[in-house]
Amino acid sequence: MVVNCERVWQEISNYLEGEVNPDLRAAMEAHFRECKHCTAVLNGTRNVIHLYGDDRSLPLPAGFTAGWQSRLAEYIPGRGTAFGWLLAVAAVALISGSFALARLDAKSVSALRSYHAEPGSGVPDGMMVEVSADGKTFHVPGCRFLHKHENENIRLIAASEAIRQGYVPCVRCLRQYLNR
Amino acid sequence: MLLFMTAVAKPVDTGDERAQLLITRIRNGESSLFAELVKPYERRVYVTALALLRNEADAEDVAQEAILKAFTYLRQFRGESRFSTWLIQITVNEARMRQRKRHAELFEPLAESHNDEEGTYTPRDFADWREIPSEALERGEVRAILAKALASLGQKYREVFLLRDVEHMSIEETAQVLSISVASVKTRLLRARLMLRDILAPAFADGWFSRTPFGKGSKPW
Repeated sequence: MVVNCERVWQEISNYLEGEVNPDLRAAMEAHFRECKHCTAVLNGTRNVIHLYGDDRSLPLPAGFTAGWQSRLAEYIPGRGTAFGWLLAVAAVALISGSFALARLDAKSVSALRSYHAEPGSGVPDGMMVEVSADGKTFHVPGCRFLHKHENENIRLIAASEAIRQGYVPCVRCLRQYLNR
Repeated sequence: MLLFMTAVAKPVDTGDERAQLLITRIRNGESSLFAELVKPYERRVYVTALALLRNEADAEDVAQEAILKAFTYLRQFRGESRFSTWLIQITVNEARMRQRKRHAELFEPLAESHNDEEGTYTPRDFADWREIPSEALERGEVRAILAKALASLGQKYREVFLLRDVEHMSIEETAQVLSISVASVKTRLLRARLMLRDILAPAFADGWFSRTPFGKGSKPW
């Protein structure tokens, strides 16, 4: 097989990726031995890949890490800004208040939804969990072991509310909270 | 001799298992671990935004938005791709949205319209390069030349080159992130690489670079 310059230019990227068949590879290598221009194109293209592939070619600006971490901290309760701390304190007060109310209304806690179900302990009250209408367990959002009917809307509620309604932790996604 | 070496060496992403473990813990309530999850990929997020937007302030802002969006939607990540691929996909989408808002397409470089994707690309410059030492990248002038050359490519070539040769994604992942075919990735990649070689050749083959301390005739020994 003999290849001309135009064919070499068309295939030079695939050649560098190691994606040409052995016959074409041999023909291209024979061509490179004879053709200075195509050899220059090959070396230059390889240099381009080498240079841009190095992490130092496009460095991070100073302060970038601090910038996104500071914005992220505002999204995560309990970390970062004074506002975040204030928000956390307010949330704790709210949860404590809910607890006090729940204790007053202790009789309203439903029985476990399944006779065999295993109640959990230590589940963070504020953790948001998913439940389905006929299900017996609550799950972290996205858990694939949540069973639901077709077209049923999954409810996203606080773990404390799920427990109050008689749901128990999923043995897969929340097993660390089971009483074992 | 370097000439007949083939197969572009790409670093392997070994963070998949670590990322999965962290994602599970974050979903179980340890939200503060998200910063640890994203840290190894922060450069890739920023560089993606920079290459698409060609403006450092916009890139920084969009990169931050992408990271926050990943945090917000982490529970929708199903593990069908690598976490890094998912994160870069969010970044590409965010950058494209920012471009649409600013009508950046009106200012696309001529390189895109003058080189249609179907025809054969003919190299313009046949000057041969010496192998460029990696240490050259420590120099601000060299990095500036590379950044300017990349920014001068049309967007569709810039995106593919960025994901494949800068981010080291596979051809298939690149196609997935950009929602184009594998064949289109290969065609655009070929053009992007050859165009960049042409753009950089005057600097690295026979011009600026040969006048630097790395050039011929100026060796310190």
